[in-house]
Amino acid sequence: MSLLIGAATIGFILSLLALGVFLSYRIFVFPDITAEGSITLGAGTAAILLVNGVNPWAATAAGWAAGMVAGALTGIIHTRFGVNGLLSGILVMTALYSINLHIMGKSNVPLLSGENFTTYAERLGRSVFGGETVNVAGWEVAARDLSTLIVAGLFVAFIAIVLFAFLRTDLGTAMRATGDNDQMIRASGVNHGNMIVLGLSISNGLVALSGALLAQYQGFADVQMGIGMLVWGLASVIIGEALVGTRQLGYVITGAVMGSVLFRLLVAVALRWGVNPNDLKLITAFFVFVALVLPGLLEKTRQRKRKPVHA
Amino acid sequence: MLEVRGVHKTFYAGTPNEVRSLQGVTLSIAEGSFVIVIGTNGCGKSTLLNAVSGTFLVDAGTIRLDGHDITRWPEYKRAPMIGRVFQNPFSGTSPNLTIAENLALASRRGHRRGLGSIRSDKLMAEMRERVSRLNMGLETRLDDPIGTLSGGQRQALTLMMATWVKPKLLLLDEHTAALDPKSADQVIRLSEEEISRARLTSLMVTHSMQQAVNLGDRLIMMHRGRVLHDFEGAEKRRLRAADLLARFEEVRRADRLDESAAEMLRRVYV
Repeated sequence: MSLLIGAATIGFILSLLALGVFLSYRIFVFPDITAEGSITLGAGTAAILLVNGVNPWAATAAGWAAGMVAGALTGIIHTRFGVNGLLSGILVMTALYSINLHIMGKSNVPLLSGENFTTYAERLGRSVFGGETVNVAGWEVAARDLSTLIVAGLFVAFIAIVLFAFLRTDLGTAMRATGDNDQMIRASGVNHGNMIVLGLSISNGLVALSGALLAQYQGFADVQMGIGMLVWGLASVIIGEALVGTRQLGYVITGAVMGSVLFRLLVAVALRWGVNPNDLKLITAFFVFVALVLPGLLEKTRQRKRKPVHA
Repeated sequence: MLEVRGVHKTFYAGTPNEVRSLQGVTLSIAEGSFVIVIGTNGCGKSTLLNAVSGTFLVDAGTIRLDGHDITRWPEYKRAPMIGRVFQNPFSGTSPNLTIAENLALASRRGHRRGLGSIRSDKLMAEMRERVSRLNMGLETRLDDPIGTLSGGQRQALTLMMATWVKPKLLLLDEHTAALDPKSADQVIRLSEEEISRARLTSLMVTHSMQQAVNLGDRLIMMHRGRVLHDFEGAEKRRLRAADLLARFEEVRRADRLDESAAEMLRRVYV
């Protein structure tokens, strides 16, 4: 049970990554691999500040802001210098690897002592539940695990609602239209380049925020932690879309969060069953491949069946 | 209102695929006039409209609109002055956004995009009212994604979006060519109504000789990147489809003459 609670907590934290990927990949149709660098950037920035005794709120916000800068850079390289989107992301991601090492000073920064969000949540848990363990549907669960899960969930819900509200404003609607039909949005007098820069900035801000929280939850930031994160985010978004079965904005955002949690639960169960952790990324990549290709294949077979009727 | 002077545009310059689309187009359009543009395929009609709207920057010449020299302006900066309806019914609307969201975006053409809500009760009421005037039953579907509508419906809505904020210039680029005859009629009727109601300065490219003679107060015939004929006033009113076809035939014969003359000269001298 505590295994599942831990998995769900990581799921909630990484759902911010999923929301970031949703924004870049689904809204802008931009496979933004900057995410792999910016999640580490967020984690590293927050970790090094926490080690130096900075307030957890400020440290987390700094991680988030660093991610926004990274995303804006990718956007600027792509829109102002005309570099292919995927390549702009790769450039920034590669540059971030060195930058992250500089920020962290070494490849791994442990957060063994001091205050952070996890200790906040744990303290809150002890005072609310009044003991070390809580009974959840017959299972004895550590109060601090449960409160961390709840705090992570509430935090993510808050961010998701803010994102939803933003995407429905004038600016947010223009942003969604940019990915949908850039000719139309230019004809409406919107500088679509600026929209992409801002969108990637927000996307990577979310990803870095996810990294900052993840570092505080798992107790360390590691320069390698970003590898494969884009595909994990994609997997969450795709699972989410399958869960809600519609492309409507509110549902898709909820779906991305649910998809991320479900994905981590599946991973936890798979590892428990004895799947080799080294194969995890291979399996995830294969899953995303199938999820990307399958809808097109199904559509093709359906059309082939329909053909004789149409002639 | 619109002043196009000596505009040149060559695509893929210096390659075997070089296309000299505009070769010195000069054109002046007065405020409130409705100009029809016709011409053979590849004569530069659509290129001219795209040059005016800023899809690309021209190689030479100047474009002035409403007193501004817009020659070097990017597309989005020109957009507040220019309403456009494209040939492809899918080009003018954002398919995953709802009808209301598309219209709301268009209602703020040329404004800064802020964090305000895009739906006000007043705007929604106005949308319902305007959309119901289309008689397409769309007023109850304002919250449906626009991608679920037919080409004719989308084109009617694109026209509404292009004219929601009154443009200085309305550009219609064969906007009924991809529609079935019934929808095409409907969209043409809507265009005509809106242009005369709001006294819009308009430039309309068409392939339909019927539309060319029935609509507008001026007709321009383009050929090989230049303006070949320009009919105005009484002359335009007298034009019949047969006259236009005769002009096209003339052009075709002149082209053939060029080729056969070149062939003859080659045989004699080379």
